[in-house]
Amino acid sequence: MSETTKMQRPAPAGGRDSAFFWEGCKRGVLVGQRCADCKRFHHPPRPMCPDCNSLEREEVELSGRATLHSWAKPVHPRLPMFEDDYLVALVDLDEGMRMLSNLCEVDPDDIEIGMPLEVFFVPTANDGAVHQFRPAGSVGRGKGA
Amino acid sequence: MANGSNAAIVGIGQTEFSKNSGRSELQLACECIKAALDDAGLTPADVDGMSTFTIDNNEDVDLVRSLGIKNLRFSSRVGHGGGGSVGPLAHAMAAVDSGLADVVVGWRAMNERSEYRFGVSQMDTTSSQGSGSGFIEWSLPFGSASPAAWTSVQAQRYMHRYGVTNEDFAHVSVQLRKYASTNPNAWFYQKPITVEDHQTSRWIVEPTFRLLDCTQESDGGVGFVVTSRERARDLKQPPVRILHATQAIPFGTETVTNYYHDDLCRFDSGIASSQELYRRTGLGPSDMQVAMLYDHFTIAIYWHLEAAGFCKQGEAAEFVKDGQIDIDGTIPVSPNGGHIGEAYIHGMNNVAEAVRQIRGTAANQVADVEHVLVAAGMSGAILGRD
Repeated sequence: MSETTKMQRPAPAGGRDSAFFWEGCKRGVLVGQRCADCKRFHHPPRPMCPDCNSLEREEVELSGRATLHSWAKPVHPRLPMFEDDYLVALVDLDEGMRMLSNLCEVDPDDIEIGMPLEVFFVPTANDGAVHQFRPAGSVGRGKGA
Repeated sequence: MANGSNAAIVGIGQTEFSKNSGRSELQLACECIKAALDDAGLTPADVDGMSTFTIDNNEDVDLVRSLGIKNLRFSSRVGHGGGGSVGPLAHAMAAVDSGLADVVVGWRAMNERSEYRFGVSQMDTTSSQGSGSGFIEWSLPFGSASPAAWTSVQAQRYMHRYGVTNEDFAHVSVQLRKYASTNPNAWFYQKPITVEDHQTSRWIVEPTFRLLDCTQESDGGVGFVVTSRERARDLKQPPVRILHATQAIPFGTETVTNYYHDDLCRFDSGIASSQELYRRTGLGPSDMQVAMLYDHFTIAIYWHLEAAGFCKQGEAAEFVKDGQIDIDGTIPVSPNGGHIGEAYIHGMNNVAEAVRQIRGTAANQVADVEHVLVAAGMSGAILGRD
């Protein structure tokens, strides 16, 4: 599943309120939190709906479609567990939440804020997984950042 | 005449600012607090309140037993790291106004350069350098692991919206280094830079921040003493009123990162804190003669200028380039050189400079200073002459 000889990106910490999200990533599914009462989505996950104060949460499979809200290319200091030229991206999911991730399989010259993206997943240390995004319709093979 | 609190800053003190202090952070804290008390004409026996903010490693109990404080009746620690750096002023003010304490000291003392550098990426996903902030969980697995990386994502959005480039940021850095070059306490004393120096410094995060967009990293300590205006009359220094001080945590706020507000080009916490300060004091941006604005990165000066109403949204780059934050501009900003030029004492050296500007004792003294805004986003204060 993973390139075990290489240093891997750290596994997400996860906690009681967010474990479902990272478990979804391990299954290759982007899962969002929706309030069971007022049906609004929220990210990052939280124990109470800030709109109606309900404690009833639904874990909903998301479309995985997003648009690019912003991005940055960390240069220094180098992180050995990441490829050169990796990009951090903030994306707007079609369901309305915003989420940090990486933007992959794109030439920096082709990046446009607002460009449509699709989700995929890569493994992390400790058998974890995280979501990644690439231009929608790519035929990429899921190479992560 | 503005209304406001009955509390006043009566003493400030600091250590030298360096890259390697050669002594413990507790010693730095003791030294700067004692210097602030000496400045005020008070002793540790007079102190009965204390406040700092997070990512300071010094404990109140250790300071009490080192300084020889007899009994602390009030102690607090504001959250949010540098964003909360003006919070101790709000707590000191509230403590003095309410009678929880009579003499409150605040401090920030750190070996941030020689012992632990914020600028070095940390990849421990279970702990948080951002003082307990949940954003670490959602950042580190994507290689967003330093303040520069965290801040760049919102910075890029601003650059995209308003057509601002990294070269525009150079003018912030050049201005703050210009101030520092004539401030003997500044690390970059007599070391001004040019736009070309900025543009040839290496990238830290593309296309947002070069090395000279980032605050320097420093060792040092700064302390202050707050008491009532009545008591201040018997002390050594002319009191500097805390007209108001506040914290601000608008919905969706995170410490350092700002990813979930509707519009990332608006500095929501800075807007909330400055509006509260104006509301409580009856003052506005045109009543300020100096603004001390928390500069972890050059773009933060833009965000503060717009949030506090010194210029319109999206116009800060031209405002700065036009010389409006220089000593003879519309609003002189951080005439000590700020973090970028003087030292990074995590916001607290900006508080001390505000006091000097009102006393009329600053190295780069602005003429006739009556009011100073001290802004750190999640906290802020308006100080004034008594």
